[in-house]
Amino acid sequence: MSAGHDHDHDSDHSHLGEMDLRVRALETLLVGKGYVDPAAVDRLIETYETRVGPHNGARVVARAWADPAYAQRLADDATAAIAELGYSGRQGEHMVALFNTPDVHHMVVCTLCSCYPWPVLGLPPVWYKSAPYRARAVIEPRAVLAEFGVQMPETTRIVVRDSTAEVRYLVVPMRPAGTDGWDEARLATLVTRDAMIGTGVARQP
Amino acid sequence: MNGVHDMGGLQGFGPVQLETDEPLFHAAWERRALGLTLAMGATGAWNIDQSRAARESLPPAQYLGSSYYAIWIAALERLMRQRGLVTADELAAVHQGTVAAAAAGPALRVLRAGEVDTALARGTPVSRPAAGPAPFAIGDRVRARNLHPPGHTRLPRYVRGHVGTVVGVHGAHLFADAHAEGRDEAQWLFTVEFSAADLWGPQGDPRDRVSVDAWASYLEAA
Repeated sequence: MSAGHDHDHDSDHSHLGEMDLRVRALETLLVGKGYVDPAAVDRLIETYETRVGPHNGARVVARAWADPAYAQRLADDATAAIAELGYSGRQGEHMVALFNTPDVHHMVVCTLCSCYPWPVLGLPPVWYKSAPYRARAVIEPRAVLAEFGVQMPETTRIVVRDSTAEVRYLVVPMRPAGTDGWDEARLATLVTRDAMIGTGVARQP
Repeated sequence: MNGVHDMGGLQGFGPVQLETDEPLFHAAWERRALGLTLAMGATGAWNIDQSRAARESLPPAQYLGSSYYAIWIAALERLMRQRGLVTADELAAVHQGTVAAAAAGPALRVLRAGEVDTALARGTPVSRPAAGPAPFAIGDRVRARNLHPPGHTRLPRYVRGHVGTVVGVHGAHLFADAHAEGRDEAQWLFTVEFSAADLWGPQGDPRDRVSVDAWASYLEAA
Protein backbone atom coordinates (compact mmCIF):
# COMPACT_ATOMS: atom_id res chain seq x y z
CA MET A 1 0.00 0.00 0.00
CA SER A 2 1.86 3.02 -1.20
CA ALA A 3 0.59 6.27 0.20
CA GLY A 4 -0.06 9.01 -2.35
CA HIS A 5 -0.43 6.60 -5.27
CA ASP A 6 -4.01 6.40 -6.43
CA HIS A 7 -3.74 4.70 -9.76
CA ASP A 8 -4.69 1.15 -8.82
CA HIS A 9 -7.51 -0.14 -10.98
CA ASP A 10 -7.42 -3.70 -9.73
CA SER A 11 -10.53 -4.29 -7.61
CA ASP A 12 -8.51 -6.17 -5.01
CA HIS A 13 -6.35 -3.14 -4.50
CA SER A 14 -9.25 -0.74 -4.31
CA HIS A 15 -10.80 -2.98 -1.64
CA LEU A 16 -7.58 -2.90 0.35
CA GLY A 17 -7.52 0.84 -0.16
CA GLU A 18 -10.99 0.99 1.33
CA MET A 19 -9.83 -0.84 4.44
CA ASP A 20 -6.80 1.43 4.68
CA LEU A 21 -9.08 4.48 4.68
CA ARG A 22 -11.53 2.90 7.11
CA VAL A 23 -8.93 1.85 9.66
CA ARG A 24 -7.13 5.18 9.35
CA ALA A 25 -10.45 6.97 10.02
CA LEU A 26 -11.14 4.66 12.94
CA GLU A 27 -7.76 5.42 14.47
CA THR A 28 -8.32 9.16 14.05
CA LEU A 29 -11.69 8.80 15.76
CA LEU A 30 -10.30 6.81 18.69
CA VAL A 31 -7.35 9.15 19.16
CA GLY A 32 -9.74 12.12 18.97
CA LYS A 33 -11.88 10.59 21.70
CA GLY A 34 -8.84 10.08 23.86
CA TYR A 35 -9.08 6.27 23.95
CA VAL A 36 -5.85 5.49 22.16
CA ASP A 37 -2.31 6.82 22.27
CA PRO A 38 -1.02 6.47 18.68
CA ALA A 39 2.53 6.07 19.99
CA ALA A 40 1.34 3.04 21.97
CA VAL A 41 -0.15 1.59 18.78
CA ASP A 42 3.23 2.13 17.07
CA ARG A 43 5.02 0.42 19.93
CA LEU A 44 2.65 -2.56 19.90
CA ILE A 45 3.17 -3.08 16.18
CA GLU A 46 6.93 -2.61 16.40
CA THR A 47 7.12 -5.17 19.20
CA TYR A 48 5.65 -7.95 17.09
CA GLU A 49 7.28 -6.84 13.85
CA THR A 50 10.81 -6.60 15.13
CA ARG A 51 11.35 -7.92 18.65
CA VAL A 52 9.10 -10.88 19.39
CA GLY A 53 9.23 -13.82 17.02
CA PRO A 54 10.31 -17.43 16.53
CA HIS A 55 13.91 -16.57 17.41
CA ASN A 56 12.69 -16.44 21.02
CA GLY A 57 11.28 -19.96 20.87
CA ALA A 58 14.40 -21.20 19.08
CA ARG A 59 16.48 -20.08 22.06
CA VAL A 60 14.21 -21.99 24.41
CA VAL A 61 14.45 -25.17 22.33
CA ALA A 62 18.21 -24.88 21.89
CA ARG A 63 18.65 -24.43 25.63
CA ALA A 64 16.49 -27.51 26.26
CA TRP A 65 18.59 -29.52 23.79
CA ALA A 66 21.85 -28.39 25.35
CA ASP A 67 20.93 -28.46 29.02
CA PRO A 68 19.03 -31.48 30.42
CA ALA A 69 18.28 -29.67 33.69
CA TYR A 70 16.65 -26.84 31.73
CA ALA A 71 14.70 -29.37 29.66
CA GLN A 72 13.38 -30.86 32.89
CA ARG A 73 12.30 -27.44 34.17
CA LEU A 74 10.64 -26.78 30.80
CA ALA A 75 8.74 -30.06 31.12
CA ASP A 76 7.73 -29.34 34.72
CA ASP A 77 6.72 -25.67 34.38
CA ALA A 78 7.16 -24.24 30.92
CA THR A 79 5.89 -20.77 31.85
CA ALA A 80 8.62 -20.39 34.49
CA ALA A 81 11.36 -21.99 32.39
CA ILE A 82 10.57 -19.74 29.42
CA ALA A 83 10.50 -16.69 31.71
CA GLU A 84 14.08 -17.57 32.74
CA LEU A 85 15.08 -16.51 29.22
CA GLY A 86 13.08 -13.31 29.49
CA TYR A 87 9.95 -14.29 27.57
CA SER A 88 6.56 -13.91 29.19
CA GLY A 89 3.18 -12.33 29.01
CA ARG A 90 0.42 -11.78 26.56
CA GLN A 91 -0.81 -14.97 24.88
CA GLY A 92 1.80 -16.99 26.75
CA GLU A 93 0.64 -16.65 30.33
CA HIS A 94 0.16 -20.42 30.69
CA MET A 95 2.75 -22.33 28.67
CA VAL A 96 3.12 -26.08 28.17
CA ALA A 97 6.08 -27.63 26.31
CA LEU A 98 5.46 -30.71 24.17
CA PHE A 99 8.53 -32.87 23.60
CA ASN A 100 8.61 -34.82 20.36
CA THR A 101 10.14 -38.30 20.41
CA PRO A 102 10.53 -41.05 17.82
CA ASP A 103 7.19 -42.41 19.08
CA VAL A 104 5.11 -39.24 19.43
CA HIS A 105 4.92 -36.17 17.20
CA HIS A 106 2.94 -33.20 18.54
CA MET A 107 1.20 -30.67 16.35
CA VAL A 108 -0.66 -27.57 17.55
CA VAL A 109 -3.80 -25.94 16.17
CA CYS A 110 -6.57 -23.65 17.36
CA THR A 111 -9.72 -24.84 15.61
CA LEU A 112 -11.82 -22.05 17.17
CA CYS A 113 -9.62 -19.05 16.40
CA SER A 114 -5.89 -18.46 16.38
CA CYS A 115 -4.51 -19.19 19.85
CA TYR A 116 -0.74 -19.22 19.56
CA PRO A 117 2.19 -18.69 21.96
CA TRP A 118 3.06 -15.07 21.12
CA PRO A 119 6.01 -14.54 23.52
CA VAL A 120 7.99 -17.40 21.95
CA LEU A 121 6.71 -17.47 18.35
CA GLY A 122 5.37 -13.97 17.70
CA LEU A 123 2.19 -13.53 15.68
CA PRO A 124 0.84 -16.60 13.88
CA PRO A 125 1.32 -16.95 10.13
CA VAL A 126 -1.75 -16.56 7.91
CA TRP A 127 -2.04 -20.29 7.24
CA TYR A 128 -2.27 -21.04 10.98
CA LYS A 129 -5.33 -18.76 11.23
CA SER A 130 -6.87 -20.02 7.99
CA ALA A 131 -9.91 -22.26 7.59
CA PRO A 132 -8.07 -25.13 5.85
CA TYR A 133 -5.54 -25.56 8.66
CA ARG A 134 -8.06 -25.10 11.48
CA ALA A 135 -10.52 -27.50 9.87
CA ARG A 136 -8.12 -30.22 8.79
CA ALA A 137 -5.38 -30.40 11.43
CA VAL A 138 -7.63 -32.40 13.75
CA ILE A 139 -9.24 -34.76 11.23
CA GLU A 140 -6.36 -35.42 8.84
CA PRO A 141 -3.10 -34.29 10.46
CA ARG A 142 -1.00 -36.63 8.34
CA ALA A 143 -2.37 -35.16 5.11
CA VAL A 144 -1.71 -31.66 6.44
CA LEU A 145 1.83 -32.63 7.43
CA ALA A 146 2.39 -33.99 3.92
CA GLU A 147 1.49 -30.56 2.52
CA PHE A 148 4.26 -29.16 4.70
CA GLY A 149 6.59 -31.79 3.25
CA VAL A 150 6.68 -33.81 6.46
CA GLN A 151 6.31 -37.58 6.34
CA MET A 152 6.11 -39.28 9.72
CA PRO A 153 7.35 -42.86 10.17
CA GLU A 154 4.63 -45.53 10.35
CA THR A 155 5.40 -46.11 14.00
CA THR A 156 5.06 -42.47 15.07
CA ARG A 157 1.81 -41.45 16.74
CA ILE A 158 0.52 -37.97 15.89
CA VAL A 159 -0.92 -36.07 18.85
CA VAL A 160 -2.77 -32.89 17.88
CA ARG A 161 -3.21 -30.32 20.64
CA ASP A 162 -6.21 -28.07 19.96
CA SER A 163 -5.59 -24.95 22.09
CA THR A 164 -9.14 -24.18 23.14
CA ALA A 165 -8.39 -22.30 26.38
CA GLU A 166 -5.56 -19.99 27.49
CA VAL A 167 -2.94 -22.76 27.64
CA ARG A 168 -0.37 -22.13 24.90
CA TYR A 169 1.81 -24.89 23.49
CA LEU A 170 5.43 -24.90 22.36
CA VAL A 171 6.60 -28.00 20.53
CA VAL A 172 10.18 -29.05 21.29
CA PRO A 173 11.33 -30.89 18.17
CA MET A 174 13.83 -33.74 18.33
CA ARG A 175 17.45 -32.65 18.27
CA PRO A 176 19.01 -33.60 14.94
CA ALA A 177 21.81 -36.15 14.89
CA GLY A 178 25.29 -34.88 14.14
CA THR A 179 25.05 -31.87 16.45
CA ASP A 180 27.13 -33.16 19.35
CA GLY A 181 29.14 -30.41 20.93
CA TRP A 182 27.22 -27.59 19.23
CA ASP A 183 26.64 -24.56 21.39
CA GLU A 184 23.17 -23.10 21.95
CA ALA A 185 23.49 -20.31 19.40
CA ARG A 186 24.42 -22.79 16.69
CA LEU A 187 21.69 -25.23 17.72
CA ALA A 188 19.11 -22.45 17.56
CA THR A 189 19.78 -22.04 13.83
CA LEU A 190 18.24 -25.49 13.30
CA VAL A 191 14.98 -24.67 15.10
CA THR A 192 12.34 -23.52 12.63
CA ARG A 193 9.06 -21.91 13.55
CA ASP A 194 7.14 -24.77 11.94
CA ALA A 195 9.11 -27.28 14.03
CA MET A 196 7.85 -25.44 17.13
CA ILE A 197 4.22 -25.64 15.89
CA GLY A 198 4.68 -29.26 14.91
CA THR A 199 4.09 -28.78 11.19
CA GLY A 200 7.79 -29.25 10.66
CA VAL A 201 10.86 -30.89 12.13
CA ALA A 202 14.20 -29.36 13.01
CA ARG A 203 16.62 -28.63 10.17
CA GLN A 204 19.30 -31.21 9.56
CA PRO A 205 22.82 -29.84 9.97
CA MET B 1 -22.69 -21.04 20.06
CA ASN B 2 -22.52 -23.47 17.17
CA GLY B 3 -20.83 -20.93 14.93
CA VAL B 4 -18.86 -21.25 11.72
CA HIS B 5 -15.71 -20.35 13.67
CA ASP B 6 -15.86 -23.87 15.19
CA MET B 7 -14.03 -25.37 12.23
CA GLY B 8 -12.47 -28.58 13.52
CA GLY B 9 -13.27 -31.39 11.09
CA LEU B 10 -15.02 -29.26 8.47
CA GLN B 11 -14.28 -30.34 4.92
CA GLY B 12 -14.08 -28.60 1.59
CA PHE B 13 -11.71 -25.72 2.35
CA GLY B 14 -8.96 -27.14 0.16
CA PRO B 15 -5.24 -27.32 0.86
CA VAL B 16 -3.38 -25.20 3.39
CA GLN B 17 -2.16 -22.14 1.48
CA LEU B 18 1.50 -21.61 2.24
CA GLU B 19 3.28 -18.39 1.33
CA THR B 20 6.95 -18.39 0.49
CA ASP B 21 7.70 -14.92 1.86
CA GLU B 22 5.09 -14.88 4.65
CA PRO B 23 4.74 -11.17 5.34
CA LEU B 24 3.43 -10.58 8.86
CA PHE B 25 0.97 -8.05 7.51
CA HIS B 26 -0.46 -7.89 4.00
CA ALA B 27 -1.49 -4.23 4.03
CA ALA B 28 -0.76 -1.17 6.09
CA TRP B 29 -4.22 -1.26 7.68
CA GLU B 30 -3.60 -4.75 9.10
CA ARG B 31 -0.74 -3.34 11.20
CA ARG B 32 -2.97 -0.64 12.61
CA ALA B 33 -5.81 -3.16 13.12
CA LEU B 34 -3.52 -5.21 15.36
CA GLY B 35 -2.28 -2.19 17.29
CA LEU B 36 -5.72 -0.59 17.70
CA THR B 37 -7.30 -3.85 18.85
CA LEU B 38 -4.58 -4.45 21.45
CA ALA B 39 -4.64 -0.82 22.60
CA MET B 40 -8.42 -0.80 22.98
CA GLY B 41 -8.28 -4.18 24.74
CA ALA B 42 -5.86 -2.66 27.24
CA THR B 43 -8.47 -0.09 28.28
CA GLY B 44 -10.35 -2.88 30.02
CA ALA B 45 -13.64 -1.93 28.36
CA TRP B 46 -14.04 -5.64 27.59
CA ASN B 47 -12.16 -8.84 28.34
CA ILE B 48 -10.50 -11.34 25.98
CA ASP B 49 -13.47 -13.70 25.96
CA GLN B 50 -15.87 -10.88 25.12
CA SER B 51 -13.55 -9.93 22.31
CA ARG B 52 -13.50 -13.52 20.97
CA ALA B 53 -17.27 -13.78 21.35
CA ALA B 54 -17.72 -10.57 19.33
CA ARG B 55 -15.65 -12.02 16.47
CA GLU B 56 -17.24 -15.44 16.55
CA SER B 57 -20.82 -14.17 16.59
CA LEU B 58 -20.45 -12.12 13.42
CA PRO B 59 -22.96 -13.28 10.79
CA PRO B 60 -21.62 -16.58 9.37
CA ALA B 61 -21.25 -15.37 5.79
CA GLN B 62 -19.41 -12.27 6.95
CA TYR B 63 -17.08 -14.34 9.16
CA LEU B 64 -16.20 -16.77 6.39
CA GLY B 65 -15.87 -14.03 3.79
CA SER B 66 -13.61 -11.74 5.81
CA SER B 67 -9.86 -11.78 6.24
CA TYR B 68 -8.52 -12.26 9.75
CA TYR B 69 -7.90 -8.62 10.58
CA ALA B 70 -11.15 -7.54 8.89
CA ILE B 71 -12.89 -9.77 11.46
CA TRP B 72 -10.91 -8.04 14.21
CA ILE B 73 -11.98 -4.59 13.00
CA ALA B 74 -15.64 -5.59 12.65
CA ALA B 75 -15.60 -7.01 16.19
CA LEU B 76 -13.75 -3.99 17.59
CA GLU B 77 -16.36 -1.66 16.11
CA ARG B 78 -19.17 -3.83 17.47
CA LEU B 79 -17.69 -3.90 21.00
CA MET B 80 -17.19 -0.12 21.04
CA ARG B 81 -20.70 0.49 19.72
CA GLN B 82 -22.24 -1.88 22.31
CA ARG B 83 -20.49 -0.04 25.13
CA GLY B 84 -21.39 3.40 23.88
CA LEU B 85 -17.79 4.32 23.15
CA VAL B 86 -18.63 5.28 19.58
CA THR B 87 -21.94 6.13 17.94
CA ALA B 88 -23.58 4.60 14.90
CA ASP B 89 -23.08 7.89 13.05
CA GLU B 90 -19.40 7.97 13.87
CA LEU B 91 -18.97 4.41 12.59
CA ALA B 92 -20.93 5.20 9.44
CA ALA B 93 -18.49 8.03 8.77
CA VAL B 94 -15.53 5.77 9.47
CA HIS B 95 -16.89 3.30 6.90
CA GLN B 96 -16.80 6.14 4.36
CA GLY B 97 -13.20 6.78 5.34
CA THR B 98 -14.03 10.08 6.97
CA VAL B 99 -14.14 11.29 10.55
CA ALA B 100 -16.70 13.68 11.90
CA ALA B 101 -15.55 15.82 14.83
CA ALA B 102 -15.14 13.26 17.59
CA ALA B 103 -17.61 13.69 20.44
CA ALA B 104 -16.03 13.20 23.83
CA GLY B 105 -16.49 9.64 25.09
CA PRO B 106 -16.35 8.16 28.57
CA ALA B 107 -13.01 8.27 30.36
CA LEU B 108 -11.04 5.09 29.75
CA ARG B 109 -7.71 3.87 31.08
CA VAL B 110 -5.48 4.68 28.13
CA LEU B 111 -2.42 2.54 27.39
CA ARG B 112 0.57 4.87 26.95
CA ALA B 113 3.55 4.05 24.75
CA GLY B 114 5.85 3.85 27.76
CA GLU B 115 3.62 1.20 29.36
CA VAL B 116 3.41 -1.15 26.38
CA ASP B 117 6.45 -3.32 27.15
CA THR B 118 5.44 -3.85 30.77
CA ALA B 119 1.82 -4.56 29.87
CA LEU B 120 2.78 -7.14 27.25
CA ALA B 121 5.34 -8.83 29.50
CA ARG B 122 2.77 -9.07 32.28
CA GLY B 123 -0.06 -10.31 30.08
CA THR B 124 -3.38 -11.22 31.62
CA PRO B 125 -3.08 -14.53 33.49
CA VAL B 126 -6.43 -16.27 33.94
CA SER B 127 -5.37 -18.78 36.60
CA ARG B 128 -7.24 -18.38 39.89
CA PRO B 129 -7.24 -20.14 43.27
CA ALA B 130 -9.33 -23.30 43.08
CA ALA B 131 -12.44 -23.33 45.22
CA GLY B 132 -12.25 -27.09 45.79
CA PRO B 133 -10.36 -30.22 44.81
CA ALA B 134 -9.98 -31.18 41.15
CA PRO B 135 -12.93 -33.33 40.05
CA PHE B 136 -10.72 -35.40 37.73
CA ALA B 137 -7.15 -36.68 37.76
CA ILE B 138 -4.65 -37.72 35.11
CA GLY B 139 -5.76 -41.00 33.56
CA ASP B 140 -9.46 -40.55 34.32
CA ARG B 141 -11.91 -41.35 31.56
CA VAL B 142 -14.29 -38.45 30.93
CA ARG B 143 -17.02 -37.66 28.46
CA ALA B 144 -17.30 -34.27 26.79
CA ARG B 145 -20.88 -33.34 27.53
CA ASN B 146 -23.36 -32.84 24.72
CA LEU B 147 -23.70 -29.07 25.19
CA HIS B 148 -24.95 -26.52 22.67
CA PRO B 149 -25.03 -23.27 24.62
CA PRO B 150 -26.38 -20.27 22.67
CA GLY B 151 -23.63 -18.06 24.11
CA HIS B 152 -19.85 -18.21 23.96
CA THR B 153 -18.17 -21.58 24.51
CA ARG B 154 -14.76 -23.21 24.01
CA LEU B 155 -15.97 -26.79 23.68
CA PRO B 156 -15.54 -27.68 20.01
CA ARG B 157 -18.43 -29.57 18.42
CA TYR B 158 -16.23 -32.41 17.23
CA VAL B 159 -15.55 -33.73 20.75
CA ARG B 160 -19.05 -33.42 22.22
CA GLY B 161 -20.41 -36.76 23.37
CA HIS B 162 -17.02 -38.47 23.01
CA VAL B 163 -15.06 -40.16 25.78
CA GLY B 164 -11.41 -39.27 26.30
CA THR B 165 -8.64 -39.45 28.88
CA VAL B 166 -7.42 -36.66 31.12
CA VAL B 167 -3.75 -36.05 30.30
CA GLY B 168 -3.28 -32.61 31.88
CA VAL B 169 -4.57 -30.77 34.96
CA HIS B 170 -3.93 -27.02 34.82
CA GLY B 171 -5.46 -25.73 38.05
CA ALA B 172 -8.42 -23.37 38.07
CA HIS B 173 -8.80 -20.87 35.24
CA LEU B 174 -11.44 -18.26 34.49
CA PHE B 175 -14.28 -20.05 32.72
CA ALA B 176 -14.50 -18.55 29.24
CA ASP B 177 -18.25 -19.04 28.83
CA ALA B 178 -19.00 -17.02 31.98
CA HIS B 179 -16.20 -14.51 31.39
CA ALA B 180 -17.72 -13.68 28.01
CA GLU B 181 -20.82 -12.62 29.94
CA GLY B 182 -18.74 -10.49 32.27
CA ARG B 183 -18.68 -12.95 35.17
CA ASP B 184 -15.48 -14.10 36.87
CA GLU B 185 -15.96 -17.79 37.60
CA ALA B 186 -12.98 -20.08 38.07
CA GLN B 187 -13.18 -23.76 37.16
CA TRP B 188 -10.62 -26.54 36.97
CA LEU B 189 -9.15 -26.85 33.50
CA PHE B 190 -8.05 -30.17 31.96
CA THR B 191 -6.41 -31.40 28.80
CA VAL B 192 -8.49 -34.31 27.52
CA GLU B 193 -7.14 -36.56 24.80
CA PHE B 194 -9.39 -38.48 22.40
CA SER B 195 -8.59 -41.27 19.98
CA ALA B 196 -8.78 -40.05 16.37
CA ALA B 197 -10.58 -43.26 15.40
CA ASP B 198 -13.23 -42.57 18.02
CA LEU B 199 -13.71 -38.95 16.91
CA TRP B 200 -13.66 -39.53 13.18
CA GLY B 201 -14.59 -43.18 12.65
CA PRO B 202 -12.95 -44.70 9.59
CA GLN B 203 -11.51 -41.27 8.67
CA GLY B 204 -9.45 -41.19 11.85
CA ASP B 205 -6.04 -42.84 11.98
CA PRO B 206 -6.12 -45.37 14.84
CA ARG B 207 -2.59 -44.38 15.82
CA ASP B 208 -3.42 -40.73 16.38
CA ARG B 209 -4.90 -38.62 19.18
CA VAL B 210 -6.49 -35.18 19.45
CA SER B 211 -6.80 -33.17 22.65
CA VAL B 212 -8.76 -30.13 23.75
CA ASP B 213 -8.46 -28.01 26.88
CA ALA B 214 -11.76 -28.33 28.72
CA TRP B 215 -13.21 -26.76 31.86
CA ALA B 216 -14.78 -29.05 34.47
CA SER B 217 -18.35 -28.17 33.54
CA TYR B 218 -17.73 -29.41 29.97
CA LEU B 219 -16.96 -32.89 31.32
CA GLU B 220 -18.58 -35.77 33.16
CA ALA B 221 -17.07 -38.99 34.49
CA ALA B 222 -17.30 -41.85 32.00
